[in-house]
Amino acid sequence: MSFGPHLLLATLEGLVTSAVLALTALGLSLVFGVMRVVNVAHGEFFMLGAVLAWWIASLATGHPAIGFLLALGVSPLIVGAIALVAERLVLRRLDYNPEATIVATIGMLYIIQQLALTFYGPEARPVEAPFSYRILFPWFGYSGYKLSVIAFSAIMLLATLFVLTRTKIGLVMRATQYDSETAQAFGIPVGRVYAGVFALGAMLAAIAAVLIVPIQQAHYLMGLDPLLLSFIVVIIGGLGSLRGTVVAAVLIGLSDGIISVFFSPTLAKIIATMIVAMVLVFRPQGLFGTAAR
Amino acid sequence: MIDQSRNSGLKGLNRRTALKGLAASAGLMAAPGFVRYSQAQSSAPIKIGFQAHRTGIGAAYGRWYEKTTAAALKLINEAGGINGRPVEIITEDDGTDPKRGAEVVGKFASQHKTDIVFGTLFSHVVIGSAPTAGELKMPYYVVSEGHHVASTKMNRYCFQPGITDVKSQVISMAPWIAGNVGKKITMIYPDFAFGHDHRDYFTPAIKAQGGEVIAQIPIPPTESSFTRYFPQIPAETEVIYHVMVGPAVLTFVKELGEFYGTNRPQLFGFIDSLEAVDMASPGLEFLEGSHFWEGMPRYLQPDASEAVKFYRDAVGIDENGAAVGDPKDVSTASHMFGCWETLYVIKQAMEAAGYQGPDDRAKLVEATEALTEFKEGKEHPQGDKIFNGKIHQCFGHQNISIVEGGKLKVVHRTSIEDGLYEPEGDYTTQPL
Repeated sequence: MSFGPHLLLATLEGLVTSAVLALTALGLSLVFGVMRVVNVAHGEFFMLGAVLAWWIASLATGHPAIGFLLALGVSPLIVGAIALVAERLVLRRLDYNPEATIVATIGMLYIIQQLALTFYGPEARPVEAPFSYRILFPWFGYSGYKLSVIAFSAIMLLATLFVLTRTKIGLVMRATQYDSETAQAFGIPVGRVYAGVFALGAMLAAIAAVLIVPIQQAHYLMGLDPLLLSFIVVIIGGLGSLRGTVVAAVLIGLSDGIISVFFSPTLAKIIATMIVAMVLVFRPQGLFGTAAR
Repeated sequence: MIDQSRNSGLKGLNRRTALKGLAASAGLMAAPGFVRYSQAQSSAPIKIGFQAHRTGIGAAYGRWYEKTTAAALKLINEAGGINGRPVEIITEDDGTDPKRGAEVVGKFASQHKTDIVFGTLFSHVVIGSAPTAGELKMPYYVVSEGHHVASTKMNRYCFQPGITDVKSQVISMAPWIAGNVGKKITMIYPDFAFGHDHRDYFTPAIKAQGGEVIAQIPIPPTESSFTRYFPQIPAETEVIYHVMVGPAVLTFVKELGEFYGTNRPQLFGFIDSLEAVDMASPGLEFLEGSHFWEGMPRYLQPDASEAVKFYRDAVGIDENGAAVGDPKDVSTASHMFGCWETLYVIKQAMEAAGYQGPDDRAKLVEATEALTEFKEGKEHPQGDKIFNGKIHQCFGHQNISIVEGGKLKVVHRTSIEDGLYEPEGDYTTQPL
């Protein structure tokens, strides 16, 4: 395959990775930004989203799109509810202490993973894509569904950014983020905001996961990769900076796609890790983060 | 302090003395020839430790390996067990993980005190576990298909008597591939032991047939998306030879289908790419007309022997190779027969050795090495085999099937001679 089509394929692959990664990392970044909680269980919320999507889609009959859309609607809600319960039962009781919450979310990671293994089993199971249109380029074919993932993910990102920057909910969240004590003094129910943000973070991961299941299948160990990549993205973009998260996700996704296609996936991971190291050395607050006050 | 305890009568039994006494009696119990043991052995069950992939990327195989083993065990016990003793299987999950696999072998030896260890498929688990089995002098009968045992790089305690190895499989099929599918071949394989066997032995085998491997594309075993690798497939490729394993195989075939559409090179796959996967899964229509290696056919063939039908009924698979009553639970038909046959080989070897207990493990190893052939029948439904005691490996027949109407139909069956090669060493020269 000549260079042009090769690059096109690499870019498409990279954009799919970017799109899903941006949603997942945005959830992680939001939770850290507002609550200062490093959620190590974030990847497991992603996995739960995928596993639930399989379960919901398998209940539906008829056209595959019905099952998929049902999963896309219901799976994030269930994951959000689980996150809400976890937040109330665990994180709040630890008073959001940074060290304690890391340990607690590691515990949540294992509990969720083992519950998935127990009830869902160790198999990888596919969800049928809502449509199977194959886009025919002159040099190769490409999944139409994958392209729609990019589009849907972009819409979701814009919607989230809209909520955060243009609505009252976003204002309340940002106020909590800047100074939770003052926000509390002004009558903002900080506890409820935290609970909502944690659930929203998990839901974003779940949406990303539902989008990926028709491409990758649901498996109880699938949470690890998105967790690591999300951490890479939020460190590069700047913890808590939403704009940075999206830019870094596109950067990492594209470089992953292009380097994997032209060289090797292992090299792509090495380079991503190198970038993280460089960012930590030269700009510890991340590309778009602001230095701690 | 010391004087005090000496003078206090019974209290003089201090902790150190108590521990010495315990150690001494434990030593006595463990010593060979302890009477209680030799009396009990005649009726005590023979314990076989079963190293199974219950979790991890080999889980689908593990589930069916357990079902097949249970079916064979039931028949063996109904027929009087081994040497008049019942057989008991103790299963432990190796997590399809080499490190865990070695731990499991140790656990069988020290905790469960099994007579032998049997099972596992994934070659990296076998390679990880074999040294532990050798150190513990624990006979280790694997149902893998990698070339590791036959390469004589493991140790004298490792056997693979129930399924042929990759080297034999690829040598026996290369002539058919070169003659019927194509000569310019691109290989796509998992980047670990089993995949490397394909790379190392298929490449020269096809060259000997006047063909050529024009590209080799290794893929990390944990990869979940494959499109990015496809541009490496050269345009002049006539045949894509694919061997993928793990949870992502369905994705692999679907993406291959999206990438090529109908205008694709010929495909020759190892069924490992689709074991336990329903041929009616969406996206697999793309495989219509392509060929697969099968150790044992998944779909009941019109000319199937009585032994095959008996075996399929006992394990509980229907005509399509799925679990009876659950058409979606597709078996790993091409490999799991190895569990059944290996258990019968163990029975044969234990009976030849007059095996009574762990003290006879060396005799069991020698008796297994002395086996030379297994006749086709209910104990060996996949077909007759010959066994080479020097390399601890059996050789049998391979099937090549075509995907036709969403089913696999056998079009060629190799002879045992097609898959023979010069032994690379001799385990029997190693001390026991």
